[in-house]
Amino acid sequence: MGRRHKITLLIIAALVVFCVSVLAVDQVWGRQGMSLGLDLRGGTHLVYEVDFSGVQAGSEKDAIEVARGIIEKRINRYGVSESTLQIIGNDRISVQIPGVTAEEATKLVGTVAELDFREMKGVDATLMEAATAGDTYINVSSAAGFAVNDTCVLGINSQGMVEKQYWEAKKVASVSGTNISFDSAIFSDHQAGEPLSAWIPATGTIDEEKIHLTGKYLLPNCYVGVDQTSLPIVNFEFNSDGAQLFSEITARLIGKPLGIFLDNDLISAPTVQSQISDKGIIEGMTLEEAKLLASQLNGGALPLPLGHWEGDEFLAGPAVAQNVDATLGADSLHKSIIAGIVGLVIVLLFMIAYYRLPGLLACVALLVYGAILLAIFKLVPVTMTLASIAAFVLSIGMAVDANVLIFERLKEEMRAGKPLGTAIELGFSRAWPAIRDSNITTLITCIILYWFGTKIIAAPLVMGFALTLGIGVVVSMFTALIVTRIFLRTIVLIPLAKKSSLYRP
Amino acid sequence: MIDFMGKKKWYLLGSGIITLVGIIFLLAFGIPRGIEFTGGTSMTLKFEQQVDQGALRGEFAGLGYTDAVIQKTSEDSFIIRTPLLSDQEVATIKSALTAKFGEEPAITDVYAVSPAVASEIEGNAAIAVLVAAIGIVIYMTWAFRKLMKPFRYGVCAIVALLHDVLVVLGVFAILSVGLNVEIDAMFITGILTVIGYSVNDTVVVFDRIRENTLKNPGVPIVTVVNYSINETLARSLNTSLTTLFVVLALLLLGGATIQNFVLVMLIGIITGTYSSISIASPLLVVWESGTFGRFFRRVIPRRVPARG
Repeated sequence: MGRRHKITLLIIAALVVFCVSVLAVDQVWGRQGMSLGLDLRGGTHLVYEVDFSGVQAGSEKDAIEVARGIIEKRINRYGVSESTLQIIGNDRISVQIPGVTAEEATKLVGTVAELDFREMKGVDATLMEAATAGDTYINVSSAAGFAVNDTCVLGINSQGMVEKQYWEAKKVASVSGTNISFDSAIFSDHQAGEPLSAWIPATGTIDEEKIHLTGKYLLPNCYVGVDQTSLPIVNFEFNSDGAQLFSEITARLIGKPLGIFLDNDLISAPTVQSQISDKGIIEGMTLEEAKLLASQLNGGALPLPLGHWEGDEFLAGPAVAQNVDATLGADSLHKSIIAGIVGLVIVLLFMIAYYRLPGLLACVALLVYGAILLAIFKLVPVTMTLASIAAFVLSIGMAVDANVLIFERLKEEMRAGKPLGTAIELGFSRAWPAIRDSNITTLITCIILYWFGTKIIAAPLVMGFALTLGIGVVVSMFTALIVTRIFLRTIVLIPLAKKSSLYRP
Repeated sequence: MIDFMGKKKWYLLGSGIITLVGIIFLLAFGIPRGIEFTGGTSMTLKFEQQVDQGALRGEFAGLGYTDAVIQKTSEDSFIIRTPLLSDQEVATIKSALTAKFGEEPAITDVYAVSPAVASEIEGNAAIAVLVAAIGIVIYMTWAFRKLMKPFRYGVCAIVALLHDVLVVLGVFAILSVGLNVEIDAMFITGILTVIGYSVNDTVVVFDRIRENTLKNPGVPIVTVVNYSINETLARSLNTSLTTLFVVLALLLLGGATIQNFVLVMLIGIITGTYSSISIASPLLVVWESGTFGRFFRRVIPRRVPARG
């Protein structure tokens, strides 16, 4: 055994030990185990398109980067780890969040989440007619001061106090004379003579400038708590400017309602009891909603709306949403692993039965191949999806192919009467062009598939497949040409292994 | 030695018929396209109790989704396919169903794709298949550059590849009449893998033809090709077999998500191996020996007895 031969064997042994220990340890670089795709662990994949119309020309790239950062913060604050965020092309954001439903995910990611505070506009208008369910028009003594898109509150008396336990906020759709129409109406609980009023931005003054108090002035440390009656609330805190504004506004509004709006929807309208400066609470929601709101507030408001395009129309909701149930994912993982193992065992048995001793060596090389590939997946990490498991299993077939090519050549050379050592070297050199060409064509396919995956956005599946197969092809060339060869070269040094019946049936 | 090339007319005829039947089925029935290609929303509704499919259909029709496709997967769960739904619409459906059936259904496995994105995906899938084919011809022309007219090798490989893709599509069209198969992203992945596999297999045979041609100048191409096929036969069959083993394992034991892909691979591996021997090689022989015209004039091509 030559010096080079020994060194190569040693390096391969070290590589195998390294790969196996990478696979054996629980954590690599702080990550737990293999990185699994959403189809195997459950979760939601969303792709949003953005609308740049509200963004200053030239700063589109910044806006989408800011949006990405905000979404990332929201997801992290929501308590989900290992989510993946990508900007695709110029105007799409792809988000993969493990372990959440599609509903939760779209609310968490897709809402602009602009929080703002509002107060009541002049409350002199009084409802003249009793409205019944389904009415859209209501006569008021004076419709002056109401504008389209104002949010109106019914059931508040002239002192601005909530008169009944029930109130309803609705957007004004149109105003004509003393008639106000709403975009929808549920006024059945309201009586004639009840006042109608509108929300206007609550402003304070800083440096002699009137400023609308919004979520911009919040510190990113909102948290969910419970009030005295154990109902969920969101606690928030203002920064110094916000505290100044808030204190001025609350001082003015003592005894009056303060409207808290999220994306123009009223979420809570508490009556101000005393002047407050830096801290406050938002109530009136379920625990899930509170959790979501706190994450959104901490992340901040998005600089541009997310949705999808249909022609020239920008619509709400993601362009692609895909959700996989966690139990289904676990089931798929389990089934694929079993399928992989069964497939591998059959291949190993076939190789040994057909190619005898070289087949056995190829099997060992194949196990080395598997160990290296899985170790690479764990180290990089390559996210395992069902498709990449399929690619892995398929690449076993391709890894075998290189060995088959070599062994068929080896048998031919032996049939031609070449001594074993020469036959092995000739087998490898003759098989090389076919291995090279066939693998390069597969690599071409992989590269195009990967490109296709980045283009079709809906398919981390396709990209995972291409990446896994591509890595597999490269590693399989290495194991067939280096590992199998060195094994064969080693084995011919053992006299007992030279019997030709061990090489061909 | 088996005289493969002596029967080349029959292979080409047989493949022609199979491809033609496939194309007829494809045109007549088509293959249903998945959400990625049509756009829309698909989701699974799961109830605690047994729910009548007719009642569910009625409820969806009542909400205005008259073209919703409702498919029962078990006593209490259904796969629903509708045009693209917004969050509000999903919420409305959920509350309507809750009112109707007295329980809130669990919505899982949502898959929604906007129509604009769907048509983009479809276009890109076609481009990907095309670009892959072109890339392979270019590489093969380069790899066989030492031979006269290397371009022919690439073209023959592509014809075999097109044959394989058509066969897979045809078989899928036939299957889609009875089985629940559809074209989705994984199907396209499968097709592209079959392309890689088919060319891979053809390359191995052509590699041997290249080697034997360079070693034995002057020997008729038909002899060289036949000899080369025989030499590579064991390898072709063994590689196909080992790959078939793993694909079969995935088909029988793997999860439902990749079944379309696995089915494509199963058909593709068989036809990919077959086409190297029976499409790519005979075409090369016909082309190289200049009997193209005669061959297609249905004149029996010159028979050259195989050697060895």
